[in-house]
Amino acid sequence: MVAATLTLLCIAGALFAPWIAPQNPFDPASLNLNEAFHRPGSPGYPLGSDDQGRDLFSTILYGARISLGVGLASVLFALLLGVSLGLVSGYAGGRIDAFIMRVADVQLSFPAILIALLVDGVARVSLPGVVQGSIAIPVLILSIGVSGWVQYARTVRGLTLVEREKEYVQAARVIGRRPLAIMVAHVLPNVLGPVLVIATIHIATAIITEATLSFLGVGVPPTEPSLGTLIRVGNDFLFSGEWWIALFPGCALVILVLSINLLGDWLRDALNPKLR
Amino acid sequence: MLAFLLRRVGQAILVMLTVGLIAFSLFRFVGDPVVYMGGQDATEAQRELWRRELGLDRPFFVQYWSFVKNAAHGEFGLSLRQVQPVSRLIADRLPATLELSFVAALLAVLAGIPMGIYTALRPRSWLSHALLAGSLAGVSLPTFLIGILLILVFSVTLGWLPSFGRGDVVQLGGWSTGFLTASGLKSLILPAITLGLFQMTLIQRLVRSEMLEVLRTDYIRFARARGLTDRAVHFRHALKNTLVPVITITGLQLGAIIAFAIITETVFQWPGMGLLFIQSVNFADVPVMAAYLCLVAAFFVLINLVVDLLYYAVDPRLRIETQ
Repeated sequence: MVAATLTLLCIAGALFAPWIAPQNPFDPASLNLNEAFHRPGSPGYPLGSDDQGRDLFSTILYGARISLGVGLASVLFALLLGVSLGLVSGYAGGRIDAFIMRVADVQLSFPAILIALLVDGVARVSLPGVVQGSIAIPVLILSIGVSGWVQYARTVRGLTLVEREKEYVQAARVIGRRPLAIMVAHVLPNVLGPVLVIATIHIATAIITEATLSFLGVGVPPTEPSLGTLIRVGNDFLFSGEWWIALFPGCALVILVLSINLLGDWLRDALNPKLR
Repeated sequence: MLAFLLRRVGQAILVMLTVGLIAFSLFRFVGDPVVYMGGQDATEAQRELWRRELGLDRPFFVQYWSFVKNAAHGEFGLSLRQVQPVSRLIADRLPATLELSFVAALLAVLAGIPMGIYTALRPRSWLSHALLAGSLAGVSLPTFLIGILLILVFSVTLGWLPSFGRGDVVQLGGWSTGFLTASGLKSLILPAITLGLFQMTLIQRLVRSEMLEVLRTDYIRFARARGLTDRAVHFRHALKNTLVPVITITGLQLGAIIAFAIITETVFQWPGMGLLFIQSVNFADVPVMAAYLCLVAAFFVLINLVVDLLYYAVDPRLRIETQ
Protein backbone atom coordinates (compact mmCIF):
# COMPACT_ATOMS: atom_id res chain seq x y z
CA MET A 1 0.00 0.00 0.00
CA VAL A 2 2.70 2.43 1.03
CA ALA A 3 4.66 1.52 -2.10
CA ALA A 4 1.67 2.00 -4.36
CA THR A 5 0.89 5.41 -2.83
CA LEU A 6 4.50 6.50 -3.09
CA THR A 7 4.77 5.35 -6.71
CA LEU A 8 1.53 7.09 -7.60
CA LEU A 9 2.78 10.23 -5.89
CA CYS A 10 6.04 10.10 -7.87
CA ILE A 11 4.23 9.45 -11.14
CA ALA A 12 1.72 12.20 -10.45
CA GLY A 13 4.51 14.61 -9.60
CA ALA A 14 6.28 13.75 -12.83
CA LEU A 15 3.14 13.76 -14.94
CA PHE A 16 1.73 17.04 -13.69
CA ALA A 17 5.10 18.74 -13.41
CA PRO A 18 4.01 21.74 -15.52
CA TRP A 19 1.17 22.49 -13.07
CA ILE A 20 2.93 21.71 -9.80
CA ALA A 21 6.35 23.19 -10.46
CA PRO A 22 6.79 26.83 -9.49
CA GLN A 23 8.61 27.55 -12.76
CA ASN A 24 9.40 25.92 -16.10
CA PRO A 25 13.12 25.06 -16.09
CA PHE A 26 13.21 24.66 -19.90
CA ASP A 27 12.01 28.22 -20.42
CA PRO A 28 15.11 30.38 -20.98
CA ALA A 29 13.31 33.14 -19.08
CA SER A 30 13.69 31.17 -15.87
CA LEU A 31 17.49 31.26 -16.17
CA ASN A 32 18.69 34.01 -13.91
CA LEU A 33 22.28 33.94 -12.76
CA ASN A 34 21.51 36.39 -9.94
CA GLU A 35 19.36 33.72 -8.35
CA ALA A 36 21.97 30.93 -8.65
CA PHE A 37 23.08 28.83 -5.64
CA HIS A 38 20.23 29.70 -3.29
CA ARG A 39 20.42 27.44 -0.26
CA PRO A 40 17.55 25.01 0.35
CA GLY A 41 14.73 26.70 2.23
CA SER A 42 15.28 30.11 0.69
CA PRO A 43 12.02 31.95 -0.04
CA GLY A 44 10.65 30.77 -3.39
CA TYR A 45 13.26 27.99 -3.63
CA PRO A 46 12.18 25.15 -1.33
CA LEU A 47 15.10 22.91 -2.35
CA GLY A 48 17.47 25.70 -3.36
CA SER A 49 18.49 26.69 -6.87
CA ASP A 50 21.13 25.37 -9.27
CA ASP A 51 24.04 27.04 -11.04
CA GLN A 52 21.74 28.61 -13.65
CA GLY A 53 19.38 30.06 -11.07
CA ARG A 54 16.64 27.53 -11.74
CA ASP A 55 14.45 26.30 -8.92
CA LEU A 56 15.75 22.83 -8.02
CA PHE A 57 12.31 21.51 -7.05
CA SER A 58 10.99 22.33 -10.53
CA THR A 59 13.99 20.80 -12.32
CA ILE A 60 13.60 17.62 -10.26
CA LEU A 61 9.92 17.33 -11.19
CA TYR A 62 10.70 17.82 -14.87
CA GLY A 63 13.75 15.54 -14.60
CA ALA A 64 11.68 12.76 -13.02
CA ARG A 65 9.27 13.16 -15.93
CA ILE A 66 12.06 12.51 -18.43
CA SER A 67 13.58 9.69 -16.37
CA LEU A 68 10.21 7.99 -16.06
CA GLY A 69 9.42 8.53 -19.74
CA VAL A 70 12.73 7.09 -20.94
CA GLY A 71 12.40 4.21 -18.46
CA LEU A 72 8.88 3.32 -19.58
CA ALA A 73 9.68 3.64 -23.27
CA SER A 74 12.77 1.45 -23.06
CA VAL A 75 10.93 -1.19 -21.03
CA LEU A 76 8.18 -1.18 -23.67
CA PHE A 77 10.78 -1.61 -26.40
CA ALA A 78 12.56 -4.43 -24.54
CA LEU A 79 9.19 -6.06 -23.85
CA LEU A 80 8.10 -5.98 -27.50
CA LEU A 81 11.45 -7.29 -28.71
CA GLY A 82 11.78 -9.94 -26.01
CA VAL A 83 8.21 -11.20 -26.12
CA SER A 84 8.15 -11.56 -29.89
CA LEU A 85 11.53 -13.30 -29.99
CA GLY A 86 10.48 -15.54 -27.10
CA LEU A 87 7.20 -16.46 -28.79
CA VAL A 88 8.90 -17.29 -32.07
CA SER A 89 11.66 -19.19 -30.27
CA GLY A 90 9.28 -21.26 -28.19
CA TYR A 91 6.71 -21.89 -30.91
CA ALA A 92 9.04 -22.57 -33.83
CA GLY A 93 11.70 -24.52 -31.95
CA GLY A 94 14.57 -26.13 -33.85
CA ARG A 95 17.32 -24.03 -35.41
CA ILE A 96 15.61 -20.66 -34.87
CA ASP A 97 15.12 -21.45 -31.20
CA ALA A 98 18.72 -22.60 -30.78
CA PHE A 99 20.04 -19.46 -32.48
CA ILE A 100 17.95 -16.99 -30.47
CA MET A 101 18.73 -18.71 -27.19
CA ARG A 102 22.45 -18.80 -27.97
CA VAL A 103 22.44 -15.06 -28.61
CA ALA A 104 20.53 -14.60 -25.36
CA ASP A 105 23.09 -16.69 -23.45
CA VAL A 106 25.96 -14.63 -24.81
CA GLN A 107 24.25 -11.35 -24.02
CA LEU A 108 23.37 -12.55 -20.53
CA SER A 109 27.03 -13.10 -19.71
CA PHE A 110 27.64 -9.34 -20.04
CA PRO A 111 26.06 -6.86 -17.58
CA ALA A 112 23.09 -4.98 -19.06
CA ILE A 113 24.60 -1.59 -18.35
CA LEU A 114 27.70 -2.46 -20.36
CA ILE A 115 25.55 -3.50 -23.33
CA ALA A 116 23.53 -0.28 -23.11
CA LEU A 117 26.72 1.75 -22.89
CA LEU A 118 28.23 0.02 -25.91
CA VAL A 119 25.09 0.27 -28.07
CA ASP A 120 24.77 3.92 -27.13
CA GLY A 121 28.46 4.57 -27.82
CA VAL A 122 28.36 2.77 -31.17
CA ALA A 123 25.22 4.68 -32.21
CA ARG A 124 26.84 7.97 -31.26
CA VAL A 125 29.96 7.28 -33.27
CA SER A 126 28.15 6.04 -36.34
CA LEU A 127 25.59 8.84 -36.60
CA PRO A 128 26.51 12.21 -38.08
CA GLY A 129 26.97 14.96 -35.49
CA VAL A 130 24.14 17.15 -36.74
CA VAL A 131 21.33 14.83 -35.78
CA GLN A 132 22.90 13.63 -32.55
CA GLY A 133 21.31 16.17 -30.21
CA SER A 134 17.81 15.69 -31.50
CA ILE A 135 17.82 11.90 -31.42
CA ALA A 136 19.82 11.39 -28.22
CA ILE A 137 16.74 10.25 -26.31
CA PRO A 138 15.48 7.72 -28.92
CA VAL A 139 19.00 6.30 -29.16
CA LEU A 140 19.09 6.00 -25.38
CA ILE A 141 15.72 4.23 -25.31
CA LEU A 142 16.89 1.87 -28.02
CA SER A 143 20.13 1.00 -26.24
CA ILE A 144 18.51 0.41 -22.84
CA GLY A 145 15.80 -1.63 -24.56
CA VAL A 146 18.28 -3.80 -26.43
CA SER A 147 20.16 -4.44 -23.19
CA GLY A 148 17.05 -5.83 -21.47
CA TRP A 149 15.18 -8.09 -23.85
CA VAL A 150 16.76 -11.40 -22.77
CA GLN A 151 14.73 -11.86 -19.59
CA TYR A 152 11.44 -11.47 -21.46
CA ALA A 153 12.51 -13.79 -24.25
CA ARG A 154 13.58 -16.54 -21.86
CA THR A 155 10.44 -16.34 -19.74
CA VAL A 156 8.09 -16.23 -22.72
CA ARG A 157 9.92 -19.06 -24.46
CA GLY A 158 9.60 -21.31 -21.43
CA LEU A 159 5.90 -20.57 -21.04
CA THR A 160 5.27 -20.97 -24.78
CA LEU A 161 6.88 -24.40 -24.75
CA VAL A 162 4.30 -25.44 -22.17
CA GLU A 163 1.33 -23.76 -23.86
CA ARG A 164 2.22 -25.15 -27.29
CA GLU A 165 1.41 -28.68 -26.18
CA LYS A 166 -1.96 -27.79 -24.71
CA GLU A 167 -5.16 -28.82 -26.43
CA TYR A 168 -6.47 -25.39 -27.30
CA VAL A 169 -3.36 -24.70 -29.38
CA GLN A 170 -3.64 -28.02 -31.14
CA ALA A 171 -7.31 -27.31 -31.78
CA ALA A 172 -6.39 -23.98 -33.32
CA ARG A 173 -3.85 -25.70 -35.48
CA VAL A 174 -6.39 -28.30 -36.61
CA ILE A 175 -8.88 -25.67 -37.74
CA GLY A 176 -6.12 -24.26 -39.89
CA ARG A 177 -5.07 -21.01 -38.20
CA ARG A 178 -1.72 -19.71 -39.32
CA PRO A 179 1.22 -19.92 -36.83
CA LEU A 180 1.39 -16.14 -36.44
CA ALA A 181 -2.30 -15.96 -35.55
CA ILE A 182 -1.94 -18.78 -33.05
CA MET A 183 1.05 -17.11 -31.42
CA VAL A 184 -0.56 -13.68 -31.11
CA ALA A 185 -4.19 -14.54 -30.48
CA HIS A 186 -3.91 -17.75 -28.45
CA VAL A 187 -0.52 -18.19 -26.83
CA LEU A 188 0.32 -14.55 -26.07
CA PRO A 189 -2.59 -13.80 -23.68
CA ASN A 190 -1.66 -16.84 -21.62
CA VAL A 191 1.97 -15.89 -21.10
CA LEU A 192 1.52 -12.21 -20.29
CA GLY A 193 1.14 -12.45 -16.50
CA PRO A 194 4.79 -13.10 -15.59
CA VAL A 195 5.85 -10.66 -18.30
CA LEU A 196 4.03 -7.83 -16.51
CA VAL A 197 5.82 -8.62 -13.24
CA ILE A 198 9.22 -8.61 -14.97
CA ALA A 199 8.31 -5.35 -16.65
CA THR A 200 7.48 -3.57 -13.38
CA ILE A 201 10.81 -4.48 -11.84
CA HIS A 202 12.57 -3.76 -15.12
CA ILE A 203 11.26 -0.17 -15.06
CA ALA A 204 13.30 0.46 -11.91
CA THR A 205 16.41 -1.05 -13.52
CA ALA A 206 15.85 0.92 -16.70
CA ILE A 207 15.56 4.18 -14.75
CA ILE A 208 18.83 3.41 -12.95
CA THR A 209 20.51 2.57 -16.26
CA GLU A 210 19.26 5.80 -17.80
CA ALA A 211 20.46 7.80 -14.80
CA THR A 212 23.86 6.10 -14.91
CA LEU A 213 24.34 6.74 -18.63
CA SER A 214 23.25 10.35 -18.24
CA PHE A 215 25.60 10.71 -15.30
CA LEU A 216 28.44 9.39 -17.46
CA GLY A 217 27.54 12.07 -20.01
CA VAL A 218 26.38 9.71 -22.76
CA GLY A 219 22.65 9.82 -22.01
CA VAL A 220 20.14 12.63 -21.98
CA PRO A 221 21.66 15.98 -23.07
CA PRO A 222 21.81 18.82 -20.48
CA THR A 223 19.27 20.88 -22.43
CA GLU A 224 16.50 18.59 -21.21
CA PRO A 225 17.98 17.23 -17.99
CA SER A 226 16.84 13.93 -16.51
CA LEU A 227 17.61 13.08 -12.88
CA GLY A 228 20.95 11.53 -13.91
CA THR A 229 21.96 14.65 -15.84
CA LEU A 230 21.03 16.81 -12.83
CA ILE A 231 23.24 14.70 -10.56
CA ARG A 232 26.07 15.00 -13.10
CA VAL A 233 25.76 18.78 -13.08
CA GLY A 234 25.51 18.85 -9.28
CA ASN A 235 28.61 16.68 -8.96
CA ASP A 236 30.70 19.57 -10.31
CA PHE A 237 29.61 21.80 -7.43
CA LEU A 238 30.13 19.26 -4.66
CA PHE A 239 33.47 20.72 -3.62
CA SER A 240 32.42 24.32 -3.53
CA GLY A 241 29.82 23.50 -0.87
CA GLU A 242 26.66 23.43 -3.03
CA TRP A 243 25.78 19.89 -2.01
CA TRP A 244 22.05 20.20 -2.61
CA ILE A 245 22.31 20.34 -6.41
CA ALA A 246 23.51 16.72 -6.53
CA LEU A 247 21.89 15.38 -3.36
CA PHE A 248 18.21 16.21 -3.90
CA PRO A 249 17.96 14.77 -7.44
CA GLY A 250 19.78 11.72 -6.03
CA CYS A 251 17.19 11.36 -3.26
CA ALA A 252 14.40 11.73 -5.82
CA LEU A 253 15.98 8.98 -7.92
CA VAL A 254 16.30 6.63 -4.95
CA ILE A 255 12.71 7.22 -3.83
CA LEU A 256 11.42 6.67 -7.36
CA VAL A 257 13.39 3.44 -7.87
CA LEU A 258 12.67 2.07 -4.40
CA SER A 259 8.93 2.65 -4.65
CA ILE A 260 8.73 1.02 -8.08
CA ASN A 261 10.71 -1.95 -6.75
CA LEU A 262 8.37 -2.35 -3.78
CA LEU A 263 5.38 -2.10 -6.10
CA GLY A 264 6.91 -4.81 -8.30
CA ASP A 265 7.43 -7.09 -5.29
CA TRP A 266 3.86 -6.55 -4.21
CA LEU A 267 2.58 -7.25 -7.73
CA ARG A 268 4.62 -10.45 -7.91
CA ASP A 269 3.14 -11.71 -4.65
CA ALA A 270 -0.37 -10.64 -5.64
CA LEU A 271 -0.19 -12.45 -8.99
CA ASN A 272 1.32 -15.61 -7.50
CA PRO A 273 -1.57 -17.93 -6.61
CA LYS A 274 0.69 -20.08 -4.40
CA LEU A 275 1.08 -17.28 -1.88
CA ARG A 276 -2.63 -16.53 -1.55
CA MET B 1 35.77 -33.88 -20.52
CA LEU B 2 37.68 -33.13 -23.70
CA ALA B 3 34.48 -32.67 -25.74
CA PHE B 4 33.10 -30.33 -23.10
CA LEU B 5 36.31 -28.34 -23.09
CA LEU B 6 36.46 -28.11 -26.89
CA ARG B 7 32.82 -27.02 -27.18
CA ARG B 8 33.37 -24.30 -24.58
CA VAL B 9 36.53 -23.02 -26.27
CA GLY B 10 34.78 -23.07 -29.66
CA GLN B 11 31.94 -20.98 -28.28
CA ALA B 12 34.38 -18.54 -26.73
CA ILE B 13 36.17 -18.07 -30.05
CA LEU B 14 32.86 -17.52 -31.83
CA VAL B 15 31.85 -14.83 -29.34
CA MET B 16 35.21 -13.10 -29.72
CA LEU B 17 34.91 -13.13 -33.54
CA THR B 18 31.42 -11.60 -33.30
CA VAL B 19 32.59 -8.87 -30.95
CA GLY B 20 35.52 -8.28 -33.30
CA LEU B 21 33.08 -7.90 -36.20
CA ILE B 22 31.12 -5.26 -34.27
CA ALA B 23 34.33 -3.46 -33.34
CA PHE B 24 35.58 -3.61 -36.93
CA SER B 25 32.35 -2.30 -38.42
CA LEU B 26 32.72 0.76 -36.16
CA PHE B 27 35.60 1.85 -38.39
CA ARG B 28 33.44 1.64 -41.50
CA PHE B 29 30.93 4.13 -40.13
CA VAL B 30 33.29 7.03 -39.48
CA GLY B 31 34.38 8.57 -42.73
CA ASP B 32 36.94 7.55 -45.32
CA PRO B 33 40.53 7.55 -43.98
CA VAL B 34 41.94 8.27 -47.46
CA VAL B 35 40.10 11.60 -47.59
CA TYR B 36 41.65 12.59 -44.23
CA MET B 37 45.15 11.52 -45.33
CA GLY B 38 45.38 13.58 -48.48
CA GLY B 39 43.34 16.60 -47.52
CA GLN B 40 41.51 18.46 -50.27
CA ASP B 41 44.44 18.72 -52.68
CA ALA B 42 44.85 15.01 -53.38
CA THR B 43 43.78 13.86 -56.81
CA GLU B 44 41.45 10.98 -57.37
CA ALA B 45 44.34 8.91 -58.79
CA GLN B 46 46.42 9.44 -55.64
CA ARG B 47 43.52 8.42 -53.43
CA GLU B 48 43.02 5.34 -55.54
CA LEU B 49 46.72 4.48 -55.10
CA TRP B 50 46.57 4.90 -51.32
CA ARG B 51 43.41 2.86 -51.17
CA ARG B 52 45.19 0.02 -52.94
CA GLU B 53 48.34 0.36 -50.80
CA LEU B 54 46.33 0.27 -47.58
CA GLY B 55 44.28 -2.64 -48.81
CA LEU B 56 41.02 -0.72 -48.50
CA ASP B 57 39.86 -1.91 -51.93
CA ARG B 58 39.86 -5.52 -50.82
CA PRO B 59 36.62 -7.33 -49.93
CA PHE B 60 35.07 -6.70 -46.50
CA PHE B 61 35.94 -10.09 -45.08
CA VAL B 62 39.56 -9.94 -46.20
CA GLN B 63 39.89 -6.62 -44.38
CA TYR B 64 38.07 -8.05 -41.36
CA TRP B 65 40.47 -10.97 -41.25
CA SER B 66 43.52 -8.70 -41.22
CA PHE B 67 41.82 -6.69 -38.43
CA VAL B 68 41.38 -9.88 -36.41
CA LYS B 69 45.01 -10.84 -36.97
CA ASN B 70 46.21 -7.41 -35.83
CA ALA B 71 43.84 -7.40 -32.87
CA ALA B 72 45.12 -10.80 -31.76
CA HIS B 73 48.57 -9.19 -31.62
CA GLY B 74 47.17 -6.31 -29.56
CA GLU B 75 47.46 -3.90 -32.48
CA PHE B 76 44.55 -1.46 -32.88
CA GLY B 77 46.21 1.47 -34.63
CA LEU B 78 46.52 5.06 -33.40
CA SER B 79 44.13 6.88 -31.09
CA LEU B 80 42.45 9.72 -32.98
CA ARG B 81 42.40 12.02 -29.95
CA GLN B 82 45.86 11.46 -28.49
CA VAL B 83 48.05 10.48 -31.42
CA GLN B 84 49.53 7.42 -29.71
CA PRO B 85 49.24 3.68 -30.30
CA VAL B 86 46.06 2.42 -28.68
CA SER B 87 47.91 -0.56 -27.24
CA ARG B 88 50.20 1.79 -25.28
CA LEU B 89 47.27 3.93 -24.01
CA ILE B 90 45.47 0.84 -22.77
CA ALA B 91 48.61 -0.69 -21.27
CA ASP B 92 49.14 2.56 -19.33
CA ARG B 93 45.60 2.47 -17.96
CA LEU B 94 45.25 -1.25 -17.33
CA PRO B 95 47.09 -1.42 -13.97
CA ALA B 96 44.85 1.27 -12.45
CA THR B 97 41.66 -0.59 -13.36
CA LEU B 98 42.97 -4.00 -12.37
CA GLU B 99 44.24 -2.80 -8.98
CA LEU B 100 40.95 -1.09 -8.24
CA SER B 101 38.91 -4.13 -9.33
CA PHE B 102 41.12 -6.49 -7.34
CA VAL B 103 40.78 -4.51 -4.11
CA ALA B 104 37.03 -4.12 -4.62
CA ALA B 105 36.59 -7.85 -5.19
CA LEU B 106 38.73 -8.66 -2.16
CA LEU B 107 36.68 -6.28 -0.05
CA ALA B 108 33.43 -7.77 -1.28
CA VAL B 109 34.54 -11.32 -0.46
CA LEU B 110 36.24 -10.58 2.88
CA ALA B 111 33.30 -8.54 4.17
CA GLY B 112 30.45 -10.29 2.38
CA ILE B 113 31.10 -13.88 3.45
CA PRO B 114 31.38 -13.23 7.23
CA MET B 115 28.32 -10.95 7.07
CA GLY B 116 26.37 -13.65 5.26
CA ILE B 117 27.39 -16.31 7.76
CA TYR B 118 26.50 -14.09 10.71
CA THR B 119 23.05 -13.18 9.35
CA ALA B 120 22.34 -16.86 8.69
CA LEU B 121 23.46 -18.11 12.12
CA ARG B 122 21.92 -15.32 14.18
CA PRO B 123 18.81 -14.35 12.21
CA ARG B 124 17.13 -12.62 15.14
CA SER B 125 19.93 -10.39 16.39
CA TRP B 126 19.60 -6.65 15.78
CA LEU B 127 22.91 -6.64 13.88
CA SER B 128 21.49 -9.09 11.34
CA HIS B 129 18.48 -6.88 10.80
CA ALA B 130 20.75 -3.88 10.33
CA LEU B 131 22.97 -5.77 7.88
CA LEU B 132 20.00 -6.97 5.85
CA ALA B 133 18.49 -3.49 5.70
CA GLY B 134 21.88 -2.17 4.66
CA SER B 135 22.16 -4.75 1.91
CA LEU B 136 18.76 -3.69 0.57
CA ALA B 137 20.11 -0.16 0.25
CA GLY B 138 23.28 -1.48 -1.38
CA VAL B 139 21.24 -3.25 -4.04
CA SER B 140 18.87 -0.40 -4.82
CA LEU B 141 21.26 2.58 -4.73
CA PRO B 142 22.93 3.27 -8.07
CA THR B 143 26.72 2.94 -7.93
CA PHE B 144 27.45 6.52 -8.90
CA LEU B 145 25.19 7.85 -6.16
CA ILE B 146 27.05 5.82 -3.53
CA GLY B 147 30.29 7.31 -4.82
CA ILE B 148 28.93 10.84 -4.61
CA LEU B 149 27.62 10.28 -1.09
CA LEU B 150 31.00 8.88 0.03
CA ILE B 151 32.80 11.88 -1.49
CA LEU B 152 30.36 14.25 0.19
CA VAL B 153 30.88 12.70 3.62
CA PHE B 154 34.54 11.67 3.66
CA SER B 155 36.16 14.20 1.34
CA VAL B 156 34.07 17.35 1.42
CA THR B 157 32.67 17.33 4.96
CA LEU B 158 35.29 15.42 6.95
CA GLY B 159 38.25 15.94 4.63
CA TRP B 160 39.78 12.57 5.56
CA LEU B 161 40.27 10.97 2.16
CA PRO B 162 41.10 12.24 -1.33
CA SER B 163 38.21 12.23 -3.78
CA PHE B 164 39.93 11.90 -7.15
CA GLY B 165 42.97 10.38 -8.88
CA ARG B 166 45.31 7.63 -7.76
CA GLY B 167 47.70 9.57 -5.57
CA ASP B 168 51.41 8.84 -6.04
CA VAL B 169 52.24 5.75 -8.03
CA VAL B 170 55.44 3.71 -8.20
CA GLN B 171 56.66 2.19 -11.47
CA LEU B 172 57.52 -1.49 -11.25
CA GLY B 173 58.69 -2.49 -14.68
CA GLY B 174 55.79 -1.58 -16.98
CA TRP B 175 53.29 -1.68 -14.14
CA SER B 176 52.38 1.46 -12.19
CA THR B 177 51.16 0.57 -8.72
CA GLY B 178 49.45 2.66 -6.07
CA PHE B 179 49.88 -0.02 -3.40
CA LEU B 180 53.28 1.17 -2.22
CA THR B 181 52.62 4.79 -1.28
CA ALA B 182 50.47 6.18 1.53
CA SER B 183 48.62 8.57 -0.77
CA GLY B 184 48.05 5.78 -3.29
CA LEU B 185 46.47 3.58 -0.64
CA LYS B 186 44.39 6.44 0.73
CA SER B 187 43.01 7.28 -2.72
CA LEU B 188 42.10 3.65 -3.20
CA ILE B 189 39.73 3.43 -0.22
CA LEU B 190 36.66 5.33 -1.45
CA PRO B 191 36.63 4.01 -5.05
CA ALA B 192 37.14 0.44 -3.84
CA ILE B 193 34.23 0.72 -1.39
CA THR B 194 32.01 2.22 -4.09
CA LEU B 195 32.86 -0.50 -6.57
CA GLY B 196 32.75 -3.37 -4.08
CA LEU B 197 29.58 -2.46 -2.17
CA PHE B 198 27.12 -3.91 -4.67
CA GLN B 199 29.06 -7.17 -5.00
CA MET B 200 29.45 -7.32 -1.21
CA THR B 201 25.69 -7.16 -0.66
CA LEU B 202 25.20 -9.72 -3.39
CA ILE B 203 27.68 -12.14 -1.75
CA GLN B 204 26.20 -11.49 1.68
CA ARG B 205 22.68 -12.34 0.54
CA LEU B 206 23.88 -15.37 -1.39
CA VAL B 207 25.91 -16.80 1.50
CA ARG B 208 22.99 -16.21 3.85
CA SER B 209 20.42 -18.02 1.72
CA GLU B 210 22.79 -20.89 0.87
CA MET B 211 23.76 -21.30 4.51
CA LEU B 212 20.13 -21.37 5.64
CA GLU B 213 19.46 -23.97 2.97
CA VAL B 214 22.40 -26.16 3.98
CA LEU B 215 21.62 -25.94 7.71
CA ARG B 216 18.27 -27.61 7.02
CA THR B 217 19.79 -30.69 5.36
CA ASP B 218 19.97 -34.14 6.90
CA TYR B 219 23.72 -34.43 7.14
CA ILE B 220 23.84 -31.32 9.33
CA ARG B 221 21.16 -32.77 11.58
CA PHE B 222 23.22 -35.96 11.76
CA ALA B 223 26.36 -34.01 12.63
CA ARG B 224 24.45 -32.38 15.47
CA ALA B 225 23.15 -35.76 16.61
CA ARG B 226 26.73 -36.98 16.80
CA GLY B 227 27.23 -34.28 19.39
CA LEU B 228 29.64 -32.11 17.45
CA THR B 229 30.10 -28.59 18.67
CA ASP B 230 28.29 -25.73 16.95
CA ARG B 231 31.58 -24.44 15.67
CA ALA B 232 32.46 -27.73 13.97
CA VAL B 233 28.97 -28.10 12.48
CA HIS B 234 28.83 -24.56 11.16
CA PHE B 235 32.33 -24.12 9.84
CA ARG B 236 33.65 -27.62 9.07
CA HIS B 237 30.46 -29.09 7.59
CA ALA B 238 28.02 -26.37 6.56
CA LEU B 239 30.35 -23.69 5.27
CA LYS B 240 32.14 -25.98 2.83
CA ASN B 241 29.00 -26.77 0.86
CA THR B 242 27.82 -23.17 1.07
CA LEU B 243 30.90 -21.94 -0.71
CA VAL B 244 30.52 -23.84 -4.01
CA PRO B 245 27.90 -21.54 -5.56
CA VAL B 246 29.56 -18.55 -3.91
CA ILE B 247 32.80 -19.26 -5.77
CA THR B 248 30.93 -19.44 -9.08
CA ILE B 249 29.00 -16.23 -8.58
CA THR B 250 32.06 -14.39 -7.31
CA GLY B 251 34.02 -15.51 -10.34
CA LEU B 252 31.31 -14.34 -12.70
CA GLN B 253 31.05 -11.06 -10.81
CA LEU B 254 34.74 -10.31 -11.47
CA GLY B 255 33.78 -9.37 -15.01
CA ALA B 256 30.94 -7.22 -13.73
CA ILE B 257 33.38 -5.43 -11.43
CA ILE B 258 35.64 -4.55 -14.36
CA ALA B 259 32.60 -3.31 -16.30
CA PHE B 260 31.18 -1.29 -13.41
CA ALA B 261 34.62 0.23 -12.93
CA ILE B 262 33.61 2.56 -15.79
CA ILE B 263 31.15 4.29 -13.46
CA THR B 264 33.38 4.35 -10.40
CA GLU B 265 36.33 5.64 -12.42
CA THR B 266 34.20 8.47 -13.78
CA VAL B 267 32.99 9.50 -10.32
CA PHE B 268 36.49 9.47 -8.84
CA GLN B 269 38.40 10.53 -11.98
CA TRP B 270 40.40 7.32 -11.55
CA PRO B 271 42.85 7.10 -14.48
CA GLY B 272 41.82 3.62 -15.65
CA MET B 273 40.48 2.01 -18.81
CA GLY B 274 36.84 2.82 -18.03
CA LEU B 275 37.53 6.54 -17.89
CA LEU B 276 39.51 6.22 -21.13
CA PHE B 277 36.52 4.50 -22.74
CA ILE B 278 34.01 7.14 -21.65
CA GLN B 279 36.31 9.88 -22.93
CA SER B 280 36.74 8.09 -26.24
CA VAL B 281 32.95 7.69 -26.60
CA ASN B 282 32.54 11.43 -26.13
CA PHE B 283 35.24 12.17 -28.72
CA ALA B 284 34.22 9.40 -31.16
CA ASP B 285 37.74 7.95 -30.82
CA VAL B 286 36.97 4.72 -32.67
CA PRO B 287 40.27 2.80 -32.35
CA VAL B 288 40.21 3.14 -28.54
CA MET B 289 36.56 2.11 -28.40
CA ALA B 290 37.20 -0.92 -30.59
CA ALA B 291 40.17 -1.98 -28.47
CA TYR B 292 38.25 -1.57 -25.21
CA LEU B 293 35.32 -3.51 -26.63
CA CYS B 294 37.55 -6.42 -27.61
CA LEU B 295 39.52 -6.37 -24.36
CA VAL B 296 36.45 -6.38 -22.09
CA ALA B 297 34.82 -9.09 -24.18
CA ALA B 298 38.03 -11.14 -23.86
CA PHE B 299 37.96 -10.70 -20.07
CA PHE B 300 34.36 -11.85 -19.91
CA VAL B 301 34.82 -14.83 -22.18
CA LEU B 302 37.91 -15.90 -20.28
CA ILE B 303 36.23 -15.57 -16.88
CA ASN B 304 33.16 -17.49 -18.04
CA LEU B 305 35.36 -20.21 -19.45
CA VAL B 306 37.40 -20.55 -16.27
CA VAL B 307 34.28 -20.57 -14.08
CA ASP B 308 32.70 -23.27 -16.24
CA LEU B 309 35.80 -25.42 -15.94
CA LEU B 310 36.09 -24.75 -12.19
CA TYR B 311 32.51 -25.80 -11.75
CA TYR B 312 33.28 -28.96 -13.59
CA ALA B 313 36.24 -29.60 -11.33
CA VAL B 314 34.47 -28.73 -8.07
CA ASP B 315 31.10 -30.41 -8.58
CA PRO B 316 31.50 -34.19 -9.07
CA ARG B 317 27.85 -34.59 -10.15
CA LEU B 318 28.60 -32.92 -13.49
CA ARG B 319 31.33 -35.43 -14.24
CA ILE B 320 29.17 -38.47 -13.58
CA GLU B 321 26.42 -37.26 -15.91
CA THR B 322 28.71 -36.96 -18.89
CA GLN B 323 30.36 -40.33 -18.47
